[in-house]
Amino acid sequence: MDPTYQAVAEFAQRWGLIYFVAIFAVVLVYALWPSRQKQFDEAARIPLQED
Amino acid sequence: MANALAPQKNMTIGEGGLSLALVGLAILSIVIAAKAYTPEYAFHAYLFAAASIAAVFAVINRYFERPAERPALVNADGRPNYNMGPVKFATIAAVFWGIAGFAVGLYIALELAFPGLNFAQWFNFGRLRPLHTSAVIFAFGGNVLIATSFYVVQRTCRARLAGDLAPWFVVLGYNFFILIAGTGYLLGITQSKEYAEPEWYSDLWLTIVWVTYFLVFLGTIMRRTEPHIYVANWFYLAFIVTIAVLHLGNNATVPVSIFSPKSYIVWSGVQDAMVQWWYGHNAVGFFLTAGFLAIMYYFIPKRADRPVYSYRLSIIHFWALIFLYIWAGPHHLHYTALPDWAQTLGMTFSIMLWMPSWGGMINGIMTLSGAWDKLRTDPVLRMMVVSVAFYGMSTFEGPMMSVKIVNSLSHYTDWTIGHVHSGALGWVAYISFGAIYCLVPWLWNRRLYSLKLVNWHFWISTIGIVLYITAMWVSGILQGLMWRAYTSLGFLEYSFVETVEAMHPFYVIRALGGFLFLCGALIMVFNLWKTVNSEAVAGEAELQLQPAE
Repeated sequence: MDPTYQAVAEFAQRWGLIYFVAIFAVVLVYALWPSRQKQFDEAARIPLQED
Repeated sequence: MANALAPQKNMTIGEGGLSLALVGLAILSIVIAAKAYTPEYAFHAYLFAAASIAAVFAVINRYFERPAERPALVNADGRPNYNMGPVKFATIAAVFWGIAGFAVGLYIALELAFPGLNFAQWFNFGRLRPLHTSAVIFAFGGNVLIATSFYVVQRTCRARLAGDLAPWFVVLGYNFFILIAGTGYLLGITQSKEYAEPEWYSDLWLTIVWVTYFLVFLGTIMRRTEPHIYVANWFYLAFIVTIAVLHLGNNATVPVSIFSPKSYIVWSGVQDAMVQWWYGHNAVGFFLTAGFLAIMYYFIPKRADRPVYSYRLSIIHFWALIFLYIWAGPHHLHYTALPDWAQTLGMTFSIMLWMPSWGGMINGIMTLSGAWDKLRTDPVLRMMVVSVAFYGMSTFEGPMMSVKIVNSLSHYTDWTIGHVHSGALGWVAYISFGAIYCLVPWLWNRRLYSLKLVNWHFWISTIGIVLYITAMWVSGILQGLMWRAYTSLGFLEYSFVETVEAMHPFYVIRALGGFLFLCGALIMVFNLWKTVNSEAVAGEAELQLQPAE
C-alpha cells in the first residue's frame, strides 16, 4: 500500500504543478496576444450592442 | 381553400415522447406509492404522480392551443424571436423562494436565540436549517441563475432559446425538485450531507433536469449569430457543467430499495468526507461564484452602459478561477483524518484563489470607469457594485480562514457562518437583486415603479448585513477563544454551555440583521409588483435615468 500511495501522491504533486503552470501560460499567451486587441475590444461591447 | 394552404398540425416527437415518458413516470410513481416503506416516501411518490399527470395535460393542452407552425427563430423585422416565457417564470419563482428562504432563515436565527421556538419535530432547527440553506442557495439562487442564463445567452448570442418544451421542462422540473427536496427535509428525509441533503430519487430527477438545462444552453450557443461567445456564457457553462459533475460524484448512492427513500453512498470514511467537501466547496465556487460572476459580466456593463473594463482580464479571470477553485475543498477538513499534504494543498489553492477573485472584482468595479456618477443616481447599479465589493471582502476572508492556523480558531465557530453570509447576503443576493431589478422591467416592458424604494431596500438590507456579519465575527472569535482557554492547571476554563450562554446577545443581533434583510426584500417584492402592474412602456423598455443636476 505505502509505496503505491507514495508514488501516486508524488506523481500528482509534481505533474499537477507542471500541468497547471503550462495551462496558465497558454491562457496568458492567448489573452495577451497583441493582435487580439481589436477582437477583445469588440467582445467587451457585446452586451451594449444588442437591439 | 385556406384550409388546403394551412400546414397540417402534427404532434412533435418532443411533445409525444415527453407525454409518454411522463405517463410512464406517473404509473411507476403510483406503484412505488402503494408499496413504499414509509408514509413520507409515499407522499413524495404521489407528488411525482400528480405532477406528471398535470404535466401531461399541460403538454397536450398546449398542443391543441398552439398554431401548427413552430415559432419562428427570427422575427419579421430581422431580430431574433426571443423566448422569454421560461425566464419570466424563473424570475417570479426566484422572488417567491427568496422571501420563503429569508423568512425561514430569520426563524432559525430566532430558534438559536430562543430555543423554545423548537416546538415540533417538523420545525426544529435540524430540519429547518437545510430548508433555509437549500431555499436560498438552490431555490432563490438557482432560479436567478436559470432566469438570467436563459436571458443572457439569448441576448448575447442573438438567438432564440434552443428547444420548445425543453426550457419549460428545465424551469418547471427544477422547481419541482425544490418542492421535493424542501418537503423532504421537513418530513425527515435527508442524506445528511451539507448542501447535498436530497435523497437518491430527488437526485436522479435533478440529474435529468440538469442535463436538459445543459443541452438547452449549449444548443442556444450553437445557433448563435454573434461569432464570439461572450464571457458571461463561459461562466454560465462552467457553472452548469461543473455542478453536473459534482452532483453525480457526491450522490453516487445505492438505494436500500426502490420502495425506500434511504440510500447509502459508495464512498466510505475520509474519502466520503473529501468527496463531500470537493462537492461542497465547489457548490460555492461554481454555483455561488461562477454563475453569479456571469451575472456581473452582463448586468453591470449593461446597466452602467460601459464596456467590460478589461476583456483580457476576464479571460484570465475565468480560466484561473475554474482551475483553482476545484482544488480548494480540503480546507474544510483541516486537522482531520485527511492526509496532511491534501490539507496543505487545499489551503494553498485557496490562497492562490485571491488572485482571480480580486482580478474579477477589479474588472467588475472598474467597468464603471467613466460612469462613476451613476452610483449616486442609480441605486440598482449601486446595489450591484456593492455586491462586487462584498465579493472582494468575502474572497479575502475565505482564503485567510483556510490558513490552517487561522482555521484552528475559526473552524466550527460562528465565524464561518458570518463569512458565508457576507458572501451570500452581500455578494450573491445583492447581485441577484440588481439583476432582478433590471430583468423585471425589461421582461414585462415596464418602467421600474420606484427607484426611491430600491434605495430603501438597499440601505435597510445593508444595515441588516452589517449587523449580521459583525455579530457573527464577535460571536465566532469569542466562541473559538473560549473553547481553547485553559486554566493554570491545564483544565478547560469554560464548559460548553457557558460558551453557548455567552453567544446569546450576538444571536439576537444576528436575528435583527436577518429581519432587516427580509424587510428590504419585501420592499423589493412590493416594488416589482407595482412595476408589473403598471402600464406598459411604448417602444423602448429600457429605463432612462435622469442625471442629477
